Amino acid sequence: MNAIIVSALLGVLLMFCSWGIKSERLQKNITLIGFLVLIVANLAQLNGWYVIDFDTKGMLSFSRFGLYANTLLFIVTFLYIWINAEEVDQIGHQSGDFYALFFFILCGASILTSFDNLLMLFIGIEILSIPLYILTGADKKNLLSNEASLKYFLMGSFSTGILLLGIAFIYGATGSFRLEAPQIVPSKGFAIEQYLLSAGLILIFAAMNFKVSAAPFHFWTPDVYDGAPTVFTSFMATIVKSAAFVAFVTVFHGQAKSLGNSWELLLSFVIVATLLVGNITAVFQRSVKRMLAYSSIAQAGFMLFALYGVSDFANEGLLLYMVVYSLATIGIFGVLIKMKEYSFEAFHGLGKSHPLLAFLTTVFLMSLAGIPLTGGFFAKYYMLNAIMVAGAGLWLVIVAILFAAISVYYYFKLIQAMYFVPGTPAIKEVDKIYTYKLLVVAILLLVLGVFPNLLFNYLYF
Amino acid sequence: MFLLSFLLIPIIAAIVLLFIKQDSKAQVVAVGAALLSLFAAIYIITNATGAFDAAWLPVLNSRFVLQTDGLSKILILLTAISFPAIFIATGKNIVENKNVFLSLMLFTQAGLMGVFLAGDALLFYFFWELALIPVYFLCSIWGGEKRIAVTFKFFIYTFLGSLFMLIGIILVYSKTADHNFLIESFKHANLSSAQQAIAFALFFIAFAIKMPIFPLHTWQPDAYEQSPTAVTMVLSAVMVKMGLYGVIRWLLPLFPAAANGHAIMVIDLSVIGLLYASFIAIKQDDIKRLIAYSSIAHIGLMSATLFTNRIIGTQGVLIQLFSHGINVLGLWIIADIIEQQTGTRSMKNLGGLAKKQPTLAILLVAFAFANIALPLTNAFIGEFLMFNSLFQYNPWIAAAAGVSVVLAAIYTLNMVQKVAYGNISESVDKMTAPNKNAQGVLIVLIVIVFVTGVYPQPLFELTKDTLQQLFVK
Repeated sequence: MNAIIVSALLGVLLMFCSWGIKSERLQKNITLIGFLVLIVANLAQLNGWYVIDFDTKGMLSFSRFGLYANTLLFIVTFLYIWINAEEVDQIGHQSGDFYALFFFILCGASILTSFDNLLMLFIGIEILSIPLYILTGADKKNLLSNEASLKYFLMGSFSTGILLLGIAFIYGATGSFRLEAPQIVPSKGFAIEQYLLSAGLILIFAAMNFKVSAAPFHFWTPDVYDGAPTVFTSFMATIVKSAAFVAFVTVFHGQAKSLGNSWELLLSFVIVATLLVGNITAVFQRSVKRMLAYSSIAQAGFMLFALYGVSDFANEGLLLYMVVYSLATIGIFGVLIKMKEYSFEAFHGLGKSHPLLAFLTTVFLMSLAGIPLTGGFFAKYYMLNAIMVAGAGLWLVIVAILFAAISVYYYFKLIQAMYFVPGTPAIKEVDKIYTYKLLVVAILLLVLGVFPNLLFNYLYF
Repeated sequence: MFLLSFLLIPIIAAIVLLFIKQDSKAQVVAVGAALLSLFAAIYIITNATGAFDAAWLPVLNSRFVLQTDGLSKILILLTAISFPAIFIATGKNIVENKNVFLSLMLFTQAGLMGVFLAGDALLFYFFWELALIPVYFLCSIWGGEKRIAVTFKFFIYTFLGSLFMLIGIILVYSKTADHNFLIESFKHANLSSAQQAIAFALFFIAFAIKMPIFPLHTWQPDAYEQSPTAVTMVLSAVMVKMGLYGVIRWLLPLFPAAANGHAIMVIDLSVIGLLYASFIAIKQDDIKRLIAYSSIAHIGLMSATLFTNRIIGTQGVLIQLFSHGINVLGLWIIADIIEQQTGTRSMKNLGGLAKKQPTLAILLVAFAFANIALPLTNAFIGEFLMFNSLFQYNPWIAAAAGVSVVLAAIYTLNMVQKVAYGNISESVDKMTAPNKNAQGVLIVLIVIVFVTGVYPQPLFELTKDTLQQLFVK
């Protein structure tokens, strides 16, 4: 509750800030302070202190899991802005507007971590998505950015429509928008309600797959990620996707059983398709940015494992995966932003000219590939454990592992480009402080790679 | 607590090395750290030390457990001897960014030590990967012409293998009584026979790639050839032992029934690989490739013997783990001296070494004898026990494997003949004064070869407890 209110207020504040305050530096600092306030407000609620407390009539419910997910999302966003603020300033005239949009997106995210009602799910998704359409098109003079924005908007609207249709079907079947509505029991023989419920859930499933860019609803992802300004791609691929995943899990951990056995079939199909499309296509990319777009699809395939069954591993694993994947992706995009062009050739010789930056990139890539000693390993480990516990077939685990091995191929291709091929990297000037900021992210990844439990201690106590 | 020093010494030294730009100082630090590990190894062999046990991941119930028995000790000793030997023998080689090179080598050492010490499956997996990653960078940066593609193949192969092992670990973990990763719990995991067969296969793939067993060996000759020689030494003297260690420590005790059921398949593959590698070795002209194939053959014999599951055979393997490491290390050092001084590895262009550098030629002959397991050398006792065990299992298999002894004599002596005897060739003529450091190391190694060859009793004593654990129920 605190997070929703405070983030919305901060969003409004920032919007007017850009009107009165011309200094971009000041705006950035206000934003960062705003984030600290937001984190504190959210933590306050975790400890039972509310800004406003009222009965939401079953619209929202605040679980420890949801609030903790909020905290993590805010912290990651804080790091993101801390690292990328200068780049945000370079896009458009008024960076204050963008900061305002970030806060609105987080407002949507806070709703997605705490909804208890399908209408709130819809509202959360909309609040989250609309600012994203704007951010995608932020680079107004760039045709690609415009194209991406329009594409994203059209496709996104369709998927929202499908979501609404699904919600309507479920309402028709159960007479309630509540997530935990009494399940209808088919009286005898055919019960139309049962079909309506299943159809509704499958439609919601499709719409949510669109939001997290899982195959076969992924087609927008490469174009939008590629066309959007790189800073915003980094934000979309991490924080936004994570928030959507929390919502995804919240809906289906409760409702999946009404789909019966076909649920596992459906989910397995989507997982395998996502891993296949993401990994195989990423192998053939010539642009690092596009490779990362496909890799983000592939990573979504792994995160989908959290849906397979309700267990501690699934919940903890999702949080860990969210954080680790976001940190690594923000890091690698942080490096990418500094490149003059996004081809693999641009990275040639980076190991020689910028040893620390190249090392950090290596850590980020290794984390994405899931190599031990980086957080990515435990994230993947938890996910595999989660489906093992949920009783999925061993074949699914083996498929996942094979695709993880393929992913090593394209992540390491970049490492090879940096270290083993001589050349002059096409890189802009990188100041020391910026590199140190990325170093902080890399250290976090390494710490989580040895002590992932640091993240969970707070989840329970 | 003391066991922790095997990880801390190399890791701390490796980090320090990153800040030492001067080559000679870096060399001193690296050799110092490696020697310190050697003293620590000698200490744990002569003194009893307790296991190290600390909480690591309470959520997963994984513990940071380091423990030793004869098997670990013999491999720790091998690792601890190899690294200073390699550093001293190849110290004169010109390497760009030497401090980084040495630092990565020491990280590899830490990973290897961790593999041999870990008593917790997840920790084992962790070190298993940790040993691989620095090697990837070592080979890709400092290797030969085709290094990038070759090393990548090597990396993907072994990484895929270890991922399979990870699934196996998760599978067994989910069946343990109180959900933890300790080796004891793994041994008592409640697996159905079908599950045991699956878990066996998953672990086996990882170990088979590492050893390597035919037909998963294709990464090896290329990787050995393209890596810088110092790294090749680590790979073939110590790193391949990780696979055999995995079989003895994890595979056989964890899945005895499945191992028994699949024994004939593994033994057949190993013997096929053994003969195949021996035949190929005969046709090689490049010294490095010859030693690489010879090494595959030796490992094949060891893996075949392990699966006969007999006490004498396993005893032979435990001794051979050490002996093979020492012998192959010696051969690589000689090959490296020759390559550094003549600029070629092709046997066609070599010849007359005995006239130009008699000491080196004598050492070459001595190591060649050890390589074909002549009596009095260290390899003899191990091979004798291994063939004995194979014969008890099945005389025909023993006979087939026995052919390899003849083949080994052919390719090894052929190499000696081409390199050491004949007229002094143009490239050998270029050889300058002998490399004193490298020859010193070789002499130490040859002393080990003959001492353990004549009096192997200390090695038997050292490995007694492992055999008891494995065979006395």
